[in-house]
Amino acid sequence: MTEAHTIAGKERMSRDFIAAVIARRFPKGWLVNLGVGMPTMVGGYVHPDQEIVFTSENGVIGYGGILSGNDVDPDVVNAGVQFVDLVPGAAIVHHADSFALIRRGMNHVTVLGCYEVAQDGSFANWRTSMGEWDNLGGIGGAMDLAACAQQVWVMMEHTTREGAPRLLEHCVLPVTAPSGVTMAFTDLGVFSVKNGRFTLEEYAPGWTPEEIAALTGAPLDISPTVSEVQFPR
Amino acid sequence: MARPIICNSMAEAVSDIPDGIQLLVPGFGPGTPHNLLTALFNTSVKDIHAVVNGVGFPSAATDGRKSLGDLIAQGRVRKVTAAFTAPTHPSQQSIAAEMIRTGKMEAELVPQGTLAERVRAGGAGIPAFYTPAGVGTLTATGKEHRDFNGRTYVMEEAIFADYAFIRAWKADTAGNLIFRLAARNFNPIFAMGAKHTIVEVENPIVPAGELPPDQIHTPGVVIEKLVQIPPDGFFRDVPRA
Repeated sequence: MTEAHTIAGKERMSRDFIAAVIARRFPKGWLVNLGVGMPTMVGGYVHPDQEIVFTSENGVIGYGGILSGNDVDPDVVNAGVQFVDLVPGAAIVHHADSFALIRRGMNHVTVLGCYEVAQDGSFANWRTSMGEWDNLGGIGGAMDLAACAQQVWVMMEHTTREGAPRLLEHCVLPVTAPSGVTMAFTDLGVFSVKNGRFTLEEYAPGWTPEEIAALTGAPLDISPTVSEVQFPR
Repeated sequence: MARPIICNSMAEAVSDIPDGIQLLVPGFGPGTPHNLLTALFNTSVKDIHAVVNGVGFPSAATDGRKSLGDLIAQGRVRKVTAAFTAPTHPSQQSIAAEMIRTGKMEAELVPQGTLAERVRAGGAGIPAFYTPAGVGTLTATGKEHRDFNGRTYVMEEAIFADYAFIRAWKADTAGNLIFRLAARNFNPIFAMGAKHTIVEVENPIVPAGELPPDQIHTPGVVIEKLVQIPPDGFFRDVPRA
């Protein structure tokens, strides 16, 4: 039995934990786009003092929490078509203007869900088939965002359900963009992606860098300042 | 000034639509023209090429409303141009994706910003444009590439469709439109991007001159038909629990 198998059952960070870790890293005043799925949870963990402005592909600039029940306005949704509230100072534009803002690079970061990320900063998040090109997939705004946001952060599981690594030397699945990812946040840690290398910056509580490297499908550098992830307050 | 035709019913508004049209379908949750889609569903129109954000699913609503997914499920859509042709999660099943996979429906998958800009360009008299979105991915396969200022872009061609179905919040008899909040999404772009633009309107259509010119999102000169959503029509989606 390999080391990977013996450590596969250890407890990992929850999605909420990862979301809080990501939210903590936004510098004050950033314009942030959150992708559909896991990344939408990040919005719940920013502090008001960070003054983050969340944007959504459907033209909503400045939304707050995800709402439910009878308090929603049915005409206010985010990119995941979840009901959200508008913050003071919000603006709404049409889809072409929304992507005009995206393409000109207004977003400091987009946080996207991810199936695979490679050490060259490429990543895959829109298609799980490697078969012949048949125009099937779910891109949404991910390719526009990945090509044009100032930074691309991916939020993901470190391994597949079967235990195979999702951090790789090269993506196996069709890519969303051939480069651009600068940070990867997984249930095992925080990784920077730079100069064609992954570097472990923070590791999940109870894990060692060596255990994480064993579950990573590419060479893993360890930051000289590596530390355990602290759950943000 | 030429005024749009104000129709008495959704059925009248879609009564002269022929087979084989290219049809723009806006909506991103809110802003979907469900009344016109339902009326189209109740005709025999087929061989549609739909331009839409996502192919979607047959309607799960119990109030009788239909979606593009219902037309797809009936085999009346020949082709879709969309940013979502399959569910993002592999565990989800989709009739539309299965029809594409088995060759029963043609598909063209494009990035969402490219989809919006292709129709915007079409409605603005611009035949094509260059975008960085999709460069280095399957969606740029076979398309012209060109470098500007050291960066590579892919050329995308405009879409100018035969018909657009639009969902507006307010309208006047001149066809001027105002959309509400995020129900705007693709609506003003798609309203400009077709030869025949038909609008379903939530509020009573007011006489020309009553909507402030400064606040118009879509000028009425591009609108061919307006139709009031009847009291028993389909209004907003019911909030999910």
